[in-house]
Amino acid sequence: MVSTLTRALGRNIIDFFEKSGGMFILLAQIFFESKTVIRDRRIIIEQMHAVGVMSLPLVTVTSLFTGAVSAWQAAYQFEGFVSLTYLGGATAIAIFMELGPVLTALVLAGRIGASIAAELGTMKVTEQIDALECLAISPVRYLAMPRFWAVVIMLPVLTIYANVIALFGAYVVASTLLDVSATMFFDSVQQFFELRNLFGGLTKSVAFGASIALVGCYVGFKTFGGAEGVGRSTIDAFVFSAILILVNDYILAMLIF
Amino acid sequence: MIEIKKVSKSFDEQPVLNGVELIIEDGSSHVIIGRSGCGKSVLLKHIVGLLKPDEGDIWVDNVSVVSMRRRELYKTRVKIGMLFQGSALFDSMNVEENISLGVREHRMFPHDEISDRVAAKLELVDLHGIQKKFPSELSGGMKKRVSLARALMMEPKYMLYDEPTTGLDPVMADAINDLIISVRDRLGVTSIVVTHDMASAYKVGDHISMLHEGLVNFSGTPDEIRKSKNRVVQNFITGNQVVVA
Repeated sequence: MVSTLTRALGRNIIDFFEKSGGMFILLAQIFFESKTVIRDRRIIIEQMHAVGVMSLPLVTVTSLFTGAVSAWQAAYQFEGFVSLTYLGGATAIAIFMELGPVLTALVLAGRIGASIAAELGTMKVTEQIDALECLAISPVRYLAMPRFWAVVIMLPVLTIYANVIALFGAYVVASTLLDVSATMFFDSVQQFFELRNLFGGLTKSVAFGASIALVGCYVGFKTFGGAEGVGRSTIDAFVFSAILILVNDYILAMLIF
Repeated sequence: MIEIKKVSKSFDEQPVLNGVELIIEDGSSHVIIGRSGCGKSVLLKHIVGLLKPDEGDIWVDNVSVVSMRRRELYKTRVKIGMLFQGSALFDSMNVEENISLGVREHRMFPHDEISDRVAAKLELVDLHGIQKKFPSELSGGMKKRVSLARALMMEPKYMLYDEPTTGLDPVMADAINDLIISVRDRLGVTSIVVTHDMASAYKVGDHISMLHEGLVNFSGTPDEIRKSKNRVVQNFITGNQVVVA
């Protein structure tokens, strides 16, 4: 019993270090292949479109309701202790520092990270990646590098967009349900607004973007076992990148704020 | 010339190749036969450097594929075309983009020549006017031909065919065999064909080698294999159950 547990633990530890090492190697390869970033700009722009523009509807809905609920919850917490004149500022700080970057990253981990893993995984099991290799085209350069930079660039852009929409959602709730005027709400936002908070959130979103793309590509390239393997990779990509986002969020919050 | 020198390979401690030795002469059409799972496709992937052997070496034009750096390996791969068993066409690209990807990436021809060259390669594999179609719109036979056109676009010296007739009806399979012969004769490409379809092996091969239990069990001309007294060979080519002699 003990030896079985020890063996299972040992296997998981080896697996963890193998995967972590593999991801660092892939990251180094992506940076090395980034010397062709200008030449490959067309592929990167196509990926940016897939990551950014195509994610707008989902990010809009998520951030609108996140902003709305955060205003409602903040008002509930303030009741009897803090004046609602601070509602705009408190909600904005929560959105810029935490909710905007983290929720946008989690949404993208589900939409983009899983889709990268599924796409590359399908290419792996149908020998399309081998076919690329046979044409003397590096799969890291042609597939991973454009996706990596597309997500790293577009996630902060989407986060800014999500921040604006979430703030709008918060304002709608504040003005319609909590009797907070536009002047009172946005004066409070202005009073509490610090660029450091916004840039801190955006710095986090760059790290989250790198995690999502790296995990998606790594898991995709390591896919085996046909359709079942692709399904497993899709789930793994979302789970691993979600964990990485939350761990990175904690570490970066400690370092930045 | 391609030389396979005592190549061994295991997966999860399961030996697949166990010291395979083979020489493929330039201009020849060498067929590798053997039962499913005997390591034929694994051997092809070693030649093109997709797999590294546990032991042994592979030399292409007097250079070791096993020990070369990635940049040199890519230069060697340009000389080797491969037709995959499942065609391995890129789903997200149309036929023209699939065929031209390699030459566009390596900037082998001027941009304005590429469309004409794609049409010429499609003509070579008996396909016309399908440049804008996607792989999902093609039949199995058409996919194989497009995949062949993609490999030929790079003007390879060697062409590796992994089960080229598997999954095709007899008429289409025969058409693919004719294409393999035509490519060898018209373009002077050295062919290595992996198959377990004996009709195809006899038709396209001027040399046949049989893999069995990780080793080359027999190597000779189609006539020699027909006359072989080796029971494993006879059982395989006649379709009887293999009983090791």
